[in-house]
Amino acid sequence: MSIMLIFVFVIAGFLGVELISKVPSQLHTPLMSGTNAISGITIVGAISVAAINIPGTVGNILGFLAIVLATINVVGGYLVTDRMLGMFKKKGDDK
Amino acid sequence: MNSTVIALLYIVSSVFFIRGIKLLGKTATARKGNQISAIGMAIAVVTVMIQKEVMGSWSSNIMANGYFYIIVAIALGSLIGAIWANRVQMTGMPELVALFNGFGGLSSLLVALSQYVYESSNAIAHDLITGISLGLTIAIGAIAFTGSIVAWGKLSGKMFKKPFNVPAKNQLNGFVAVLGLVAIGFYAISTNVYGGMVAVLFATGLFLLLGFTITITIGGGDMPVVISLLNSLSGIAAAFAGFTINNTVLVVAGCLVGASGLILTLIMCKAMNKSLLALLFATASGAKKSQAAGEAKEPKAASVEDAYLVLEAASSVVFIPGYGMAVAQAQHAVKELAEKLEQNGCEVNFAIHPVAGRMPGHMNVLLAEADVAYEQLKTMDEMNPQMANQDVAIVIGANDVVNPAALDDESSPIYGMPIINAFEARTVFVLKRGKGTGFSGIENPLFTNDNTLMIYGDAKNTISSLASEFDDD
Repeated sequence: MSIMLIFVFVIAGFLGVELISKVPSQLHTPLMSGTNAISGITIVGAISVAAINIPGTVGNILGFLAIVLATINVVGGYLVTDRMLGMFKKKGDDK
Repeated sequence: MNSTVIALLYIVSSVFFIRGIKLLGKTATARKGNQISAIGMAIAVVTVMIQKEVMGSWSSNIMANGYFYIIVAIALGSLIGAIWANRVQMTGMPELVALFNGFGGLSSLLVALSQYVYESSNAIAHDLITGISLGLTIAIGAIAFTGSIVAWGKLSGKMFKKPFNVPAKNQLNGFVAVLGLVAIGFYAISTNVYGGMVAVLFATGLFLLLGFTITITIGGGDMPVVISLLNSLSGIAAAFAGFTINNTVLVVAGCLVGASGLILTLIMCKAMNKSLLALLFATASGAKKSQAAGEAKEPKAASVEDAYLVLEAASSVVFIPGYGMAVAQAQHAVKELAEKLEQNGCEVNFAIHPVAGRMPGHMNVLLAEADVAYEQLKTMDEMNPQMANQDVAIVIGANDVVNPAALDDESSPIYGMPIINAFEARTVFVLKRGKGTGFSGIENPLFTNDNTLMIYGDAKNTISSLASEFDDD
């Protein structure tokens, strides 16, 4: 299983490089905050570790904090990116 | 839930992320791309909730029910995230992204620690690869966390403002890193519960320290590179967390972010003509006092009225914004002046250097906020060939990115960095708060050129009064 994941890791790495080359510079900030929101995917790991530890134990509390932090990253990241992109307009677009 | 169904749902989620990032890279579809990636995230979160490990935490007693705590945590995080995202000013964007990124890194670190607590309290042995990935999640998550917090402090001006000199920085950092890796290695191979705990805690502390000492010496002007590198790291941390808990979607999404962040970092480095290694391992440079004394020309100052007369006659004007525009919150005033100029029959463009401001694309966001159409925002490479035909270049709070020393003065610390050739325009106005060399402490010969006029004062006031001069006619 670990070998499978390493395989996935390497392929995803090359894919990431392909996806990002040739992005216009005006999109650099939204791209960064948008991918930053995606890095909040660790929320999935946080939920999973919070659940396997019995409520009230140290492991569970750490998991709880991890969920809160990752959710801030995810929700805040997507919303702020959306807000930013909403401001990019072509000339003559409605306000 | 059946593990095949779970795996399929994670694949669907990964496809949404990939498609989302792809669309995020094109102006017309960027917003949709962001939404698609958000849907991918929602699918991933729902999927983990129906995984059998998580479903096992169900209990009829609400206080013992794992779902209760999970839902509370998600609600709390969503609330905080939404409030911050809605309240932030566009000028505060770099520090908010840094802060969010720090939370992501810390979250991955906590996932690893929580997983470690689970394994040790249930006497579950780890194999070598999961042991190493748990250790690396701790290492990278910790660096991303403290590094981002330092970046946040520097950008918001709240903390660590001055580049701080750590004695023998590289040796110290190297020592800390090696020590931390040894601790991780020890944990990965050890079967001793007590020894493992000491190693995990030791590694956590060391890498938290390392994130701090690496970033603390890096100055504000290099922040675009630092932020995008930290963004990349938090993705890698999530990917390693995926190895630790054996979850594919974490590996895919984390690695996508890691790779794309690295590419963005390298683009930024190229725009500054610095290698990533030089930037990270340079000891706090400070201002090099290499300037030859002797030809100390005084910059010529101009008043708003003088500038107005030139602008009124101009048929092409290019604005070159820098971090100073963000500090002065001058973007709306700039847009107003640009409109006045256009009504006056003048062609207006904005030339944006890739590293102007404190994060990649910072100026574009600010000008977009002020409703400047994105066709008017030109890159350095688009604008430079036309620069000699421009009647006026207005430099607003930018310094290094228009410094001609980068082209011809080999003794200059920024020699070789591509710049916007503002000096080629027929007249150059430089808006600056006061005399002095600015953030990087590097002399700028542009300011003393014969065709350059300095307008001192707050950029927002200057621009507003220029705009109101047009009304008086």
